[in-house]
Amino acid sequence: MAQHEVTFPITDERELLKLRAGDEVVVQGHIIGIRDRTQIRIFDQGVEPPMDLRGSFLLHTAPGVRKREDGGYDPVCIGTTTSARMVRFTEPLGAQYGVRAICGKGGFPDEAIEPMRKLGMVYFAIVGGAAALETTQIEEIEEVAWEELMPECLWKFRVKDFGPLTVGIDAHGNSLYHDVQSAAQEKLKELYARL
Amino acid sequence: MSAVEVDLQGAVEDAAAHLYVWALKDIPQDLRDALAAARDRETSVPGQRVLNTIVKNVAIADEQNNLVCQDTGIAVYTCRVGEHFPLHPARIYAALKHGTERATVEHPLRSNAVHTITRENTGPNTGHRLPIVHWEFIPDWDGLDVKCVPKGSGSENMSFLKMCVPADGVKGIKQFVLESIVGAGGKPCPPGIVGVGIGGSADYAMYLAKEAIARPIGTRNSDPVVAQLEDELFELLNETGIGPMGLGGDVTVLQCHIEHADTHMTLNPVAVNYQCWAARRASAHVSPDGEVEYDREA
Repeated sequence: MAQHEVTFPITDERELLKLRAGDEVVVQGHIIGIRDRTQIRIFDQGVEPPMDLRGSFLLHTAPGVRKREDGGYDPVCIGTTTSARMVRFTEPLGAQYGVRAICGKGGFPDEAIEPMRKLGMVYFAIVGGAAALETTQIEEIEEVAWEELMPECLWKFRVKDFGPLTVGIDAHGNSLYHDVQSAAQEKLKELYARL
Repeated sequence: MSAVEVDLQGAVEDAAAHLYVWALKDIPQDLRDALAAARDRETSVPGQRVLNTIVKNVAIADEQNNLVCQDTGIAVYTCRVGEHFPLHPARIYAALKHGTERATVEHPLRSNAVHTITRENTGPNTGHRLPIVHWEFIPDWDGLDVKCVPKGSGSENMSFLKMCVPADGVKGIKQFVLESIVGAGGKPCPPGIVGVGIGGSADYAMYLAKEAIARPIGTRNSDPVVAQLEDELFELLNETGIGPMGLGGDVTVLQCHIEHADTHMTLNPVAVNYQCWAARRASAHVSPDGEVEYDREA
């Protein structure tokens, strides 16, 4: 299981093809925070996102923040939410807006595997709940759009050494979640027989 | 209302405000020990990566005086109220609610509470029937024990109920717990505490499952038959291979706790309530004169 460092937004998409399920990745550059209501607004209510998402790395988050007097925000505690609730947005995010990486916790179900393979996208698994650490890796909240959805706004973060992340689903059709679940279902048969 | 009652309500409110933030920042020692032991035992590479990150995260929360996890949850309190405690539970509830609000505004904490239909925010982690309080009333006593258990949504979404029938027996209970935890995969932030409620009624089984996750880690049910089932399920769950954050490995759960109630002869309800690895809880004992003693172990 190799280790990689990747900078987003991605300029050379071939870099993502080097990543394999199980690999360790540290991310630099800019990432974009997004959540349930943000994506419901984009896709179900048809509102164009006011940020460029081409080549972007999306983080499933609703951060805890403190508003400054100048209108900007400082991080208080920024962590990551469960991805599976938002799986249906994967293909349109990649196909319509050019998103190339999605990061969250708990993984995506198998329906994400084919669109990610087709579009060259990667799912990164972060450690859910490890928000104290994650907050130290966010250097600045550079931009916030749709503040009325607080805390489920669109957030632009500048990060340094963001991770360690695990490649949960790669762009070659491999999913760690699929493999672990298949093995566990087989194991259950054995355990039930012993009860 | 007498002056004494006013002071006591203030003391309970202060305690609630303190407990909510304390629980979010400083996880109990028994949980720290369980996480360190899990890290030492795990052999899968992604699993080790996850557990090393978790242990590092807890240390950073200490150093930076920050929250362990950004999900401040829904505030759940368990109250053991002595028969002679001189503040009515209606006032205790008001104190817990105001304490939750104060902690949310003053820290500030992320406010998660929304109207369940409109999804509009209802206030600083309070709203209609929020926070949630579990009550127990104790005869021949004049004290109050309050425990705050901020419950994150990632794990709460992984809650399951099955009305097994008596013919399913204990085997049916075990199968349901196993299939629930395997089905939950990485979503509830494993490895955590699996709370199981058995017996009673449908609603009471889930209530008991929530009581089970709030216990100090590794404690055992006082009924030896139930305690044995806790041991067996704990072993079985860790054979599933789901692993830390569902990425595969040896440690799927830190513990399995069961609470039970006697039930109807034709009922066999089983409820599963998951508590994530950041199994936050903090307790206080309040005396009738308003003295508050904080307790890291309860």
